[in-house]
Amino acid sequence: MKERLQSIKQEAITEIEAADTQKSLQDVRVQFLGKKGKITEVLKGMGKLSKEERPVIGQLANEVRDQITESIEEKAALLEKQAIEEQLKAETIDVTLPGRPTHTGGPHILMKTIRDIEDLFIGMGYEVAEGPEVETDYYNFEALNLPKGHPARDMQDSLYITEELLMRTHTSPVQARTLNAHEGRGPVKIICPGKVYRRDTDDATHSHQFTQIEGLYVDEHITMSDLKGTLNVLAKHLFGEDREIRLRPSFFPFTEPSVEMDISCKVCNGDGCSVCKHTGWIEILGAGLVHPNVLEMAGFDSKKYTGFAFGMGPERIAMLKYGIEDIRHFYTNDVRFLKQFHQV
Amino acid sequence: MLVSINWLKEYVDIEGIPTGELAEAITKTGVEVDGIHGPILNDDKIVVGYVEACEQHPNADKLNLCQVNVGEEELAQIVCGAPNVAQGQYVVVARPGARLPGGLKIKKAKLRGEASEGMICSLQELGVDEKFVPDHQKDGIFVFDEEVQIGEPACPLLNLNDQVLELDLTPNRADCLNMVGMAYEVAAIYNKELQLPSPAVTKADESSKDYIAVRIENKEMNPYYGAWIIKDLEVKSSPLWLRNRLISAGIRPINNLVDITNYVLLEYGQPLHAFDYDRFGSKEVVTRPAHEGETMTTLDGKERTLQPEHLLITNGEKPHALAGVMGGQDSEVQDDTTTILLEAAYFDPRTVRKASSQHNLRSEASARFEKGVDLARVKEAAMRAAELYEELAGGTILGEMVEEGSTDREPVQITFERHEINERIGTELSIDQMNDILERLRLPYEQQGEQYTVTPPSRRNDLRILEDMVEEFARLYGYDHIPYTLPTGQSNKGGLTKRQRLTREVHAYLQKTGLNEALTYSLTTEEKSKHFVSPEIQTDQEAVKLMMPMTDLHSHLRLSAIPELLSSLQYNVARNQYNLGFYELGSVYLPNAGEDVLPKEELRVAAAITGIWENHPWQGEKKPVDFFVLKGILEGLFEHFLKSPVDFEKASLAGLHPGRTALLKIDGETIGYIGQLHPTVQKDHDLDETYVFDVNLKKVFDYVDKTPDYEAITKYPAVSQDLAFVVNAEIAAKEIEATIYEQGQPYLKDIRIFDVYQGEHMEEGKKSIAFNLTFQNNERTLKDEEVDEARERIIEKVKEAFSAEFRG
Ligand SMILES: [Zn+2]
Repeated sequence: MKERLQSIKQEAITEIEAADTQKSLQDVRVQFLGKKGKITEVLKGMGKLSKEERPVIGQLANEVRDQITESIEEKAALLEKQAIEEQLKAETIDVTLPGRPTHTGGPHILMKTIRDIEDLFIGMGYEVAEGPEVETDYYNFEALNLPKGHPARDMQDSLYITEELLMRTHTSPVQARTLNAHEGRGPVKIICPGKVYRRDTDDATHSHQFTQIEGLYVDEHITMSDLKGTLNVLAKHLFGEDREIRLRPSFFPFTEPSVEMDISCKVCNGDGCSVCKHTGWIEILGAGLVHPNVLEMAGFDSKKYTGFAFGMGPERIAMLKYGIEDIRHFYTNDVRFLKQFHQV
Repeated sequence: MLVSINWLKEYVDIEGIPTGELAEAITKTGVEVDGIHGPILNDDKIVVGYVEACEQHPNADKLNLCQVNVGEEELAQIVCGAPNVAQGQYVVVARPGARLPGGLKIKKAKLRGEASEGMICSLQELGVDEKFVPDHQKDGIFVFDEEVQIGEPACPLLNLNDQVLELDLTPNRADCLNMVGMAYEVAAIYNKELQLPSPAVTKADESSKDYIAVRIENKEMNPYYGAWIIKDLEVKSSPLWLRNRLISAGIRPINNLVDITNYVLLEYGQPLHAFDYDRFGSKEVVTRPAHEGETMTTLDGKERTLQPEHLLITNGEKPHALAGVMGGQDSEVQDDTTTILLEAAYFDPRTVRKASSQHNLRSEASARFEKGVDLARVKEAAMRAAELYEELAGGTILGEMVEEGSTDREPVQITFERHEINERIGTELSIDQMNDILERLRLPYEQQGEQYTVTPPSRRNDLRILEDMVEEFARLYGYDHIPYTLPTGQSNKGGLTKRQRLTREVHAYLQKTGLNEALTYSLTTEEKSKHFVSPEIQTDQEAVKLMMPMTDLHSHLRLSAIPELLSSLQYNVARNQYNLGFYELGSVYLPNAGEDVLPKEELRVAAAITGIWENHPWQGEKKPVDFFVLKGILEGLFEHFLKSPVDFEKASLAGLHPGRTALLKIDGETIGYIGQLHPTVQKDHDLDETYVFDVNLKKVFDYVDKTPDYEAITKYPAVSQDLAFVVNAEIAAKEIEATIYEQGQPYLKDIRIFDVYQGEHMEEGKKSIAFNLTFQNNERTLKDEEVDEARERIIEKVKEAFSAEFRG
């Protein structure tokens, strides 16, 4: 009987080793350990044994069963591991192939530029004010100290709809409207973005439609130095901390004094190059202290209140920042153009 | 405006200041210098020579052999091919070693066997613009017509060493539209003395009054008119110095009579006019508004038709000048002119502006009258011209100028306290600093303690109010020296309005779905303005249009962004970009009743997509865009903002596919549309299947409700049921869904369509739709019977209502 058990064990180990799938291993298990398996058979024959032999053979049979079980489990683990390895091998891909494209939409660079400036000023407590793109002659000109026949109306030949209505030539009427709405009480802190229109033939540097963004701050004790400080923040935000600004006198009917702001040329660092027309400076925006006539027409006491205003063209800013060479790119919507600025 | 540095030096000492530095100082203080021109040539090896002898070259017919005195012991032999070279001429000689503009270097040479030590130059060879070269010298060398010092450097004589500033003047600084004004400005910047002309003439006993009288009919259009008779004039070329100055300012010299008025215009900013007295035709100048439809022929030979808003200078009968703009042909100064009637007048700026712009006649004169000339300088300018006529043309000045009207001006006084200036600039200017600035500007003022009264002279007509003085102090003190501060007023929160916030959310959402933000023009063609207008916009009115469009491409205001977006798609497809998704968020402009009523600007969002929407580049998977892609984007948008559902109602709209178009409705109100372009429209635009929507965002925002209706998550299980029906193909899924929903209450929570089938194995004209229903009771576990009952009810009702066949 002892020999029988030893040979079963030997037989089992051989078959376990031969088994190369979970299925054949399972067959081995049934063959040796199942209810009708070989070990069970041996145990059934134990009744014929002597009292002394019985525990010895019993123990041996249990040992053999345990050894076979252990071998099967080891083999099962091995097969499992092999199977996983094969699966991994089979599932291996070329990770260098391109991924499935996702949809990449994005903002228009002009709108992005505008939102960026809006956000800067929102952070400083400004509100965003908007107004109609078709304006009355009054708000577009008269309320801004540009009475009919004023020579400065020349500077911005306009697209009229009737004698009294026109496509606004600047976003400044929003300032006039907002001031009016405040009924003579400050502070007024607004940033006004929007589309504007001029009587220009479209070419690389002109567009009959373009955008503007203006700022207005009216309160008691607003000074030219406040304007200078504010513009400095803006210029550095837009063009980098290392840019210098300078103000120089200019003329706009709705501000007095009026200034233009230049930034130091990034290309030549102020030494002079073709980008800055050899002046070392690049013109960015117009600004000034709100003309008392504008304040008074909107119901503000110009002895008590002063204010500053500034206005710029997002097209110009984007063109300068990214070296865009043709203003028409902003309106033709060539995807090859638009997509270049989605990450900005 | 062009400002010659050499000329400026006559009035103010700027010797030693580099021109670049001067230009920057002028720019920073008040007038933008747009460019610096010159020097054209400054070479000491280019000198005055005297042609002692001139013979024909022995070996060449067309060459001359000149012996030229160049101020050295020996004469220089120079071969010269100019036809006009002759003995006895003072000429310009470029000596060996000289370098001409364009790089030509002069060397000793042998020409046809004869030595040539230099070159006798034409003005063009010296770099003078051809338009300034007198006609008789265009094909030959330049010859001085006055005596000059032999051997002297020629470049300064011809003003070639000059530099010229090109100014970009703002309209308020008309005072700098002349040399004297610029001299004031520069003297103020550098705190220098001023040397201005003080003209004087010898007046003959004979009186101008015997020759001319002046009558002004309209004092508003013509506040002042002076007429001066100058006799015994000789027409000839102006002296070199005067010609040089005109050329430096970009004006072509003509003859002394004409050049003098131009010179005074440049020097004083006062346009003058010289009529040929003998051709004037009467002894009276009458200035009057034109009669309606009256005509006159201006100097340029064009006949002008006039209106009463134009001012004429007449001889009492016929017009001789369009005041301030251009003279007439009949009384033009000619070579035989001996007596002139010199006009020195002040014309109303607006009157001149109307005439010059309506007749498209912008001149140096009109540009100055339009901006307003200095009243105080009208007479002085006339005196300066008279002085020059006497000196340069041998003129006899007849007595006093005959005057009518007045050059008086309402005096302006600006009174302020020191702190008012400092409070506006943000500085602490002291009394001394302020006084210094006023003195440099030569503005008469009185100062008592903190109190100032400035009386701006008429040359600074732009100074009217306190703020004008703020500018004067700020710019002379220097913007560079003003500190950087930020306002310190009361705080306020700022930020975006609800509408602005929502608008930004729409942008963010649409960009996330894969659409590119596009920007198109608001002004479109008349044709395009009629297309793709959402039906809720009243279309019986024509789109708002421009009075005078520059081009038909941009004549009408859009009522939808779709037409221009389609053009953008087409533009891209033409450049081999086929997979496109654009949206544009912006206004459309609805006409309002009434002539001068603003259009109603409505915020809309429009989108257009075409091409492949989903793809897997190396597995060959390509899914073109379809209706449901765009619908999905819209549904996501509505879901983001709204609780009330938006209905997609089958519709037929012009330009869109009749079977693939829907109106969008909230509470029965149309807010836009979605659909595929009609195949013919697609073809017209070279597009494959293209889908568009156009939605009224204002309406969407009106319905926005983003407060969540919180419901506790139930612990009782949901029961899922699938139902499939076969119905006629044209029955809308939405209708069946509505019936199912109604019948499924109270426990039916959700319906999802998970399969739609039409085609093979299906009867013609029929489709199969499968629904997945979710039942749930939040208070307890649902009983099977409850679900079964609902299911039966639903099946029966759908069969009955839609003649449906239940499939399981
Ligand atoms: Zn530069």
